[in-house]
Amino acid sequence: MVTSITSFGRSGLYDWMMQRVTALVLATYTIFMIGYLLFNPDLSYEQWKDLFSGTGMRIYTLLAILSLVAHAWIGMWSVSTDYIKQAGARFVFQSVCGLLAFIYVVWGIQILWGI
Amino acid sequence: MLVSVYRYNPEIDDAPYMQDVHIDIPGGKDIMVLDLLQLLKDKDSTLAYRRSCREGVCGSDGMNMNGKNGLACITPLSEVVENDKLVLRPLPGLPVIRDLVIDMTQFYKQYEKIKPFLINDTPAPAIERLQSPEERAELDGLYECILCACCSTACPSFWWNPDKFVGPSGLLQAYRFLADSRDTATNERLAELDDPFSVFRCHGIMNCVNVCPKGLNPTKAIGKIRNMLIQQAT
Repeated sequence: MVTSITSFGRSGLYDWMMQRVTALVLATYTIFMIGYLLFNPDLSYEQWKDLFSGTGMRIYTLLAILSLVAHAWIGMWSVSTDYIKQAGARFVFQSVCGLLAFIYVVWGIQILWGI
Repeated sequence: MLVSVYRYNPEIDDAPYMQDVHIDIPGGKDIMVLDLLQLLKDKDSTLAYRRSCREGVCGSDGMNMNGKNGLACITPLSEVVENDKLVLRPLPGLPVIRDLVIDMTQFYKQYEKIKPFLINDTPAPAIERLQSPEERAELDGLYECILCACCSTACPSFWWNPDKFVGPSGLLQAYRFLADSRDTATNERLAELDDPFSVFRCHGIMNCVNVCPKGLNPTKAIGKIRNMLIQQAT
């Protein structure tokens, strides 16, 4: 057993599962958005605003943002533990990734509920 | 033909270098790479490499031949030589002791970690622990591993984290004991593997399958370990 305190969920299996579940959420969200844009070629601002005013869409978008952040963390954590050998530099890189992820979540919520 | 061999003797050389040797193959025969190494050694006896059984059973002469890991003794020149040139390097990712000889300590440490022996706490039967033919068949494709390290040293995940990621060879062996009907330590073995590195650093790129000289499939075994972990945890 290799000890690791900076991974997403400590357990490799949990991270693996989260990576796949979040990928599914992101895939459905991407397909939905592409479909929506294709079916509405003359999209107006009002229409776009209406879409994101519904609670359902807000929940779905927030789920997609949280999935993106979790997915990115697991991925960037893997990249950092592969390529950054110096522990201090690795921790700084991971901290920056974590901070950016947190900023994106707060910013995303602000945008979604600020419409 | 032209053979370019990786040379490094830490007692003499400041840095490793590639030595180019022109060599004529007697009779133009399709000899094995190991035979070619013997011809090279006849010319320059300082060349160091490991070899023993010369028939793909002992796993001593794993090396990188024109970019692909394999056993020199069962690799004919016709399989690897390109444009009449062969580049021979030690297996990548592990420290070089001298020339084509690598230090396999890290590789064996990972093997040791997975407890490569049967664990059974139940009282031993009078003669032996029996298996049905079906139970025995579960071990096919697993027990044949000769620990030559061709797979693990072809794996980038093992290159970056040889101290944390068990590697394809060790994981194939780990599954060999997980799949054994006579072993009773399944839960303990699985608990040891459920961290972000030991198993899950495998991203399934299948370099291991591509190079295994015995035609084994570590990626499949790793998938089965993952399935066992999922079954246990959900």
